[in-house]
Amino acid sequence: MKARLDRGETTAVELVTRTLDAIEQAEAGERGLHAFLSLRRELALAEAEAADWERAEGIELGPLAGIPIAVKDIIAVADGPTTAGSRILEGFVSPYDAGAILRLKHAGAIIVGKTNLDEFAMGSSTENSAFGPTRNPHALDRVPGGSSGGSAAAVAAGYVPGALGTDTGGSIRQPAALCGVVGMKPTYGRVSRYGVVAFASSLDQVGPFARSVEDCALLLSAISGHDPQDSTSARRPVPDYAHGLDRSLRGLRVGVPWEYFPEGLDREVRAACERGLERLRRAGAQVRDVSLPHTAEGIAAYYVVATAEASSNLARYDGVRYGYRAPDARDILEMYVQTRHRGFGPEVRRRIMLGTYVLSAGYYDAYYRKGCQVRDLIAEDFQRAFADVHCLLTPTTPTPAFKIGEKADDPLAMYLADVFTVAVNLGGLPGISVPAGFASGLPLGVQLIGPRWSEERLLNVAWHLEESSEARDRARVKIAVPEEVAEAAEVAEVAEVSEVGRRRGAGGRERSGRGRAPGRGGQRRGRPRSQPTAPSGEPSASPARGDRRRGGAGSRSPAGDGGAAREGSSDAAGAQSARRKRGGRRRGGRPPRGDRT
Amino acid sequence: MIERDEVLRIAALARLELSPEELERMTADLSEILDYVNQLARVEGEARAAAATEGTPLREDRVVPSRWTAELLEAAPAREGPLAKVPRVVE
Repeated sequence: MKARLDRGETTAVELVTRTLDAIEQAEAGERGLHAFLSLRRELALAEAEAADWERAEGIELGPLAGIPIAVKDIIAVADGPTTAGSRILEGFVSPYDAGAILRLKHAGAIIVGKTNLDEFAMGSSTENSAFGPTRNPHALDRVPGGSSGGSAAAVAAGYVPGALGTDTGGSIRQPAALCGVVGMKPTYGRVSRYGVVAFASSLDQVGPFARSVEDCALLLSAISGHDPQDSTSARRPVPDYAHGLDRSLRGLRVGVPWEYFPEGLDREVRAACERGLERLRRAGAQVRDVSLPHTAEGIAAYYVVATAEASSNLARYDGVRYGYRAPDARDILEMYVQTRHRGFGPEVRRRIMLGTYVLSAGYYDAYYRKGCQVRDLIAEDFQRAFADVHCLLTPTTPTPAFKIGEKADDPLAMYLADVFTVAVNLGGLPGISVPAGFASGLPLGVQLIGPRWSEERLLNVAWHLEESSEARDRARVKIAVPEEVAEAAEVAEVAEVSEVGRRRGAGGRERSGRGRAPGRGGQRRGRPRSQPTAPSGEPSASPARGDRRRGGAGSRSPAGDGGAAREGSSDAAGAQSARRKRGGRRRGGRPPRGDRT
Repeated sequence: MIERDEVLRIAALARLELSPEELERMTADLSEILDYVNQLARVEGEARAAAATEGTPLREDRVVPSRWTAELLEAAPAREGPLAKVPRVVE
């Protein structure tokens, strides 16, 4: 996709327009997924126009320039809604961009919409959204997983090539597995949490969804790094994660924790893991049994720690500063209680209650303190395991996607859907879910877990684990984009974050086609990673990525403001030529289908 | 197991209101979840160190101008001048 933009075969405006049209048409149809809560048409088009203008001007572009990306609606994107899937934030408009969004925009990505989620990221099916559930593109009567179900479904359906989610107990990895895409939860502190609606602050982490490990790596590179606004974000250099993914696995020791393969584990899930291990063996890795003795207590410890933090974090929704306020309250206490009663859904109330209980006098030691102790024991289990092996392979989920409504009335059964993912968050570790085939037409995922800051290694192993591109193409045939929306399929076609993921000779699996543009990694690293601001008094700098404050000095939209921001004639010409190209290509035949057959 | 009165006490602490049906349901759900969570009591021993976190880095406590004051204030459901307005607090 990037190469096509570079060659001038398409423009960012065309790509974004087509993406938005396809999403709107597909979602309006009977087979719509309800993956999005809001689309950002105007702002996205203004940003795309700026990106085209920069390209025409020969201005150095970010690694994701013009690429449409979807964002979970719990991450703030300036000047648009951030609902967190809750009525209590209905009508709230984010005044600023989250740290991860600033970086994404700086890399040139264009955020096309905000995706559905379980209210405040509390859930494993996206059924807890106050705005209705999302459906799994592989089977419309099934859940996409959660809580980042909208992002996973949007990527799986081909609406966008990549998306951001958040993962507190599996909320990226579990929906990635159930929708058949790649999803990564980075090490705690890798990505800024600034501007992310807090659920459980010691566990929350932002991460990417993509259709390939390589695209996932590109997105991770773009969003990682220290943010002065989040003191828990790490001051560590950000490697080019997409570099060297095909390194050999010779000498690698992969651990298989037997506690993650209990008797009675779904046969297909077990088989998917065994196929994965076989792939890794063939790539040169050794496989060893390891033990994580406190696995059984993971869910219990997680729901104590997470709900305790949630009860404290959600105390801020009081109807005073933002969001919904219950009308007609006689005094302030009544206002608090009624606002929260009407604003929060049942699962959120349940978790606030549980969290308040485990923190309350008389129960603190038995529950919260004990939960923290077990958390440390779980982290220690991992440390011990990683003294012996480089990473672990486990199932991501105990079963493929379940039916919508199947677990809706049984909160504990829903909690157990996270049984293989919560320990990673408790330990602050990175984890990635990689598609691993199908069971009765439903995708499965395997999970890799590594020590802190082992993202490069995990992505390297994940690359070897990844299904061939042929398998991914077969998977995509099942995707539920309505047939009448021919354009939608076309978006799926062009929507790869990069053209990079094609050539994979070294891994023994031939992936034909377009190679990687040389020097891109270096270019990306060379770009300043600080908060993007347009150099003042220099109109040729990106107008769209300047000071985005309402009424601020910079202009958000080089087109929308009637040309006021265009001081040089050259950029107007650039925009015109972009429009010409767009006009010329509109309905002008499908993009080449490349190696896809 | 958790009693109904205890659920009401917790709801008051959490500033939540429960209808009679919601109270029934909440009591049953919390009982089931707490029964499950009680398995934590079985775990013995403590980790050698707090392994789960690398410690919380602190940042210098200094005053910086806010970039978003006006926008943030705009989000308040009721305002008066530069203040968020709330219903009566004391009689």
